[in-house]
Amino acid sequence: MSWKLWSLKKSPWVFHVNTGACNNCDIEVVNCLTPKFDVERFGIKLVGTPRHADALLVTGVVTRQAAPRLIRAYQQTPKPCVVFAIGACACNLGIFRKGYHVVGPVDKILREVDPNAIIAYVPGCPPKPEAMISGVIKALGAI
Amino acid sequence: MKISMRKPVIPVGPVHPLQEEMEYFQLTIDGEIVTDIDVNIAYNHRGIEEISETLQFDQVPFLVSRICGICSASHPLAYVQAVEEIANITPPERALYVRTIINELERIHSHILWAGLAGHFIGYETVFMWAWKYREPVLDLLEEITGNRNNYGNVKIGGCREDIKPDIIPKLLKELDLLEKKMDMLTKAVLDDPILHARLKGVGILTKEDAIKYAVAGPTARASGVPIDVRRDDPYAMYGALDWNVITQEEGDVFAKTVVRLLETLEAIKIIRQALKKMPDGPVMTEVKDIPPGEGCGHVEAPRGETFHYVRSDGGNRPVRHKARAPSYVNVPSFKASCIGEEVSDAMITLAAVDPCYSCTERMAVLDSQTNALICGFEELLRLSREKTERIRKGI
Repeated sequence: MSWKLWSLKKSPWVFHVNTGACNNCDIEVVNCLTPKFDVERFGIKLVGTPRHADALLVTGVVTRQAAPRLIRAYQQTPKPCVVFAIGACACNLGIFRKGYHVVGPVDKILREVDPNAIIAYVPGCPPKPEAMISGVIKALGAI
Repeated sequence: MKISMRKPVIPVGPVHPLQEEMEYFQLTIDGEIVTDIDVNIAYNHRGIEEISETLQFDQVPFLVSRICGICSASHPLAYVQAVEEIANITPPERALYVRTIINELERIHSHILWAGLAGHFIGYETVFMWAWKYREPVLDLLEEITGNRNNYGNVKIGGCREDIKPDIIPKLLKELDLLEKKMDMLTKAVLDDPILHARLKGVGILTKEDAIKYAVAGPTARASGVPIDVRRDDPYAMYGALDWNVITQEEGDVFAKTVVRLLETLEAIKIIRQALKKMPDGPVMTEVKDIPPGEGCGHVEAPRGETFHYVRSDGGNRPVRHKARAPSYVNVPSFKASCIGEEVSDAMITLAAVDPCYSCTERMAVLDSQTNALICGFEELLRLSREKTERIRKGI
């Protein structure tokens, strides 16, 4: 294991990108930081810019307007990084798959710019905070 | 020599750490003072009205509850009321009580959520953490009643999907008592805090005249002294049978909006207690046959203001037109009145004070790719209309 991957596994800092979600996954992401779940005790911290982040939390279908912004946020994140597709919409578009303004799930958009992107999926509408924490831990364990 | 100076602009967004959603504010500044503001949205537009026309009547509530995750009881209720108006269905009384209770629980969790985020925006993390801690039991109650923490999916045409089971009611009442104590404490702590007084009073004032001019809705209007509330003005569900007050404040600043929201949570607890007491036994569903041709409207007081849904049916099993209008759509333009003239450091809390929700609001406009002109603008529609008259006149 390279030292980069080793350091990624300890205390991942995450950046949250909403690419067209209904706010539901977003409030559950923020919920993870508040006293009941408190992920900061595991060293998981929400940061203000993708340049400081080890992982991207992407919520929501990727809309036509949001796709270039998502790609830009991904390119600014130092590699190696893990992308978490949170919620049914981010995993496979869910109920919005017929929408005319929806260009694709997160993995399709990111694999176009980086075929080797590491993407973890947390399904659910919205996934419970427990599911998100477990998803993060499982994904980091699999690296 | 003439030097042309462009006014400095502060861009906020589209991806910004303080914002949950993608939106873009362009603040034009002169020194420290904001002189103009421009809002650019549609990053979240998913085309829900169009998807809705491809779904059956009974599937649409699941879609519209995902218009906005925080108002996920209000949007389906407004839609269901519109369909019930078409088909002339009266749901059983118990179902109406269940709808009232779930909508009020939603209002509690949404207002506490906002209070926490407002604390976060002004750098008062204690309020953020405490408020969100108090919000958790409400989500647990909603999970126990409907099966999900958000996106309840409980409303259906002709009633409710799930009843409030009698064994949950004692726990619900106990949690409400605990919550009332905590909210009382939080409200008093916020109202007596000298820092919050100094920070929020007189900031981002939306006067009563401006509130009427911009036709704002919900707590934004009530904090400016405009006492509008769909629950009282056109009672739906069982609000007409319960005793509660419309909270208003006169000042119109951010502090008044905070006060209105916090007092409304206490009022919501009062409504739920009465509803639990008055709730009759019986079924929560009626049988629904075909939806006849016709059109109907439904409106509901969502936590942010009036949510309006319009549905047209042609007698088939799908709506042929479904129109949704969320409260943020009217609240967001009021930034022009409340934000201009403020300091840049106050802009963020002023923008957050109306509790804007962009996933509800997103609209789309069609542009001509050559000229970049709006095709669906008012002038264009007027021109198209006049041209059609001209064509018909020539044909005759």
